[in-house]
Amino acid sequence: MNTISSVFIKEVVDNFRDRRTLMSALLMGPLFGPILFAFVINLSVKQSLSDASEPLDLPVIGREHAPNVIAFLESKNINIVDGPGSREEAINAVSNGEHDVVIVIPESFGKNLAEMIPATVEVITDQANTQAERETRRATRALQEYGQELAVMRLSLRGVSPLVMRPLNIDEVDVSTPSGRSAILLGMLSYFFIFALLTGGMNLAIDATAGERERGSLEPLLCLPVKRDHLIFGKILAACLFMAISLSLSLTCFHFTLKFMPLQELGMTPNFGPQVVVTAFLLLVPFALVGASLMTLVASFTKSFKEAQTWVSVVLLAPTMPILIVSILMVRPSTALMFVPSLSQHLLLVGLIKNEALNPLHVAVSVGGTLIIGGLLTWICARLYRREGLLG
Amino acid sequence: MIKVADLYKSFGEVKAVQGISFEADDGKITGLLGPNGAGKSTTLRILYTVLKPDSGSAFIDGVDVINDSLGARRRIGTLPHGSGLYPHLSARENIAYYARLYEMPRDTIDAAVQTVIDQLDINDFADRRTKGFSQGQKTKVSLARSLVHGPQNIILDEPSNGLDVMATRSLRELIRELKRAGKCVLFSSHVMQEVAALCDEIVIIAAGQVAMQDTADGIRNATGCDDLEDAFVKAIEMVETTS
Repeated sequence: MNTISSVFIKEVVDNFRDRRTLMSALLMGPLFGPILFAFVINLSVKQSLSDASEPLDLPVIGREHAPNVIAFLESKNINIVDGPGSREEAINAVSNGEHDVVIVIPESFGKNLAEMIPATVEVITDQANTQAERETRRATRALQEYGQELAVMRLSLRGVSPLVMRPLNIDEVDVSTPSGRSAILLGMLSYFFIFALLTGGMNLAIDATAGERERGSLEPLLCLPVKRDHLIFGKILAACLFMAISLSLSLTCFHFTLKFMPLQELGMTPNFGPQVVVTAFLLLVPFALVGASLMTLVASFTKSFKEAQTWVSVVLLAPTMPILIVSILMVRPSTALMFVPSLSQHLLLVGLIKNEALNPLHVAVSVGGTLIIGGLLTWICARLYRREGLLG
Repeated sequence: MIKVADLYKSFGEVKAVQGISFEADDGKITGLLGPNGAGKSTTLRILYTVLKPDSGSAFIDGVDVINDSLGARRRIGTLPHGSGLYPHLSARENIAYYARLYEMPRDTIDAAVQTVIDQLDINDFADRRTKGFSQGQKTKVSLARSLVHGPQNIILDEPSNGLDVMATRSLRELIRELKRAGKCVLFSSHVMQEVAALCDEIVIIAAGQVAMQDTADGIRNATGCDDLEDAFVKAIEMVETTS
């Protein structure tokens, strides 16, 4: 125990003086998430809010052939502007990006309409241009509404109820709560927290073998009358402490920055009060043991600090894999999934943010399973530390 | 007291040590002398237990380095080749860290650290962080850190490497002081003059074997060379022709 605490204290003091560790543990990890998140949120708010409120400038060719259509479009907050001279020019203009969408009304439009032949209106657009998608959708929808109105009028004239056109009444009932909706975006958060946690201890984990070896301080250390297991335990514990610090800073940082994000405008009420911060910390912190021991393990195979950094960066990405797969497959939390570190933390955190009650069994399996896997990895590290080849 | 008997160690194809035996007594300075790659460092690494021999045995004060490596390590202070310090800790903190790991009683650590700092004359830079220390300063701090617990046996692997004249002199003085205190000092070197100037007992190692173990005079007599350097070359040639 004495050895472990001596090593632990030395590593903590040493790393608090190391600018590189401090930068990554106290600055990079905690700030990276909130800044990126604020950026994404603001972008998506801007996109969804700009929808119907802004007038849309729509070039139309042949507007003189359909004055009623034009009037209808203008009533839908669409500004009709002069388009290119001909259909061919319009196609060129759209394909080289001059216009996002152009409407072509052919000369035969009025005649067809009068004779009740479906009257063609062309919407020229570039499907590959994602920016044009929204404008195209808006123009098409307005045209469809106009067609709908005409149909209703035609039926009424013939004494048929327009309701025959609607055999089905489809009514979607959305059961998501406001905080449930925010969970989709906030689910991204769990990775930011795990990222912050891992970056916090990265330098310490690398230093435990690769760094000490490169500096030449490993061999004298191994000549001391101490058990090598104790050396590695002290080092991994110190890495865990830095990870916990980084995690708590990251959580606190989010607690404050979420207030400045326009989430309500997206219909989301993030549930991220002080109590959630504390609970989230307790749910996530067991992952520090897995992170610290996994990074130490990876670093112990490398020859130099630089090489270790490269490989350990891979570990930074590893926890995304289960999160990504589950997000795509939309898997519901289950007890079996709680055995997978990083995934179980992610699922619990999403539930927490959605304001759902935590399942005590899930929490127990997540914490216990993660700690057991962390303990196992630590044991493997200790085994590796006993090798002769450790000195390189 | 250090005793080595019939050590063998290979790294794959490379036979680093092939049957080395020697003894190093208390109150004496014993030098392992040999060309680069002769097996000096491997032998010392086996003694301070970071390597296990393929066969043979080694004892420190009668403690088996293989079966009781922890006990053996308690009886030695070592300066491995190219020892590094922790750059963010001061010299004093580097030394105190080792004192704690030697499990010295907490209340005696500060005094013990100050004693070695005085002994090695490093007061001037004791409280500076070791980042940017000169090679001489680093070696002194590394030595202080391996002597802080007052070990009976001291193993130094090429301690004078990279030291200037003044630093080498003070290192020699320190080694003589340790001898006067009745310690067993074992060090390796490939520098003839250094070994000749310091050692009571010289073990010449070549190609993983002991070519000769004797006093400086004894070696001169046995090889029939007046000049110790010639004697050294001759002793090495004797091994290399027989093996």
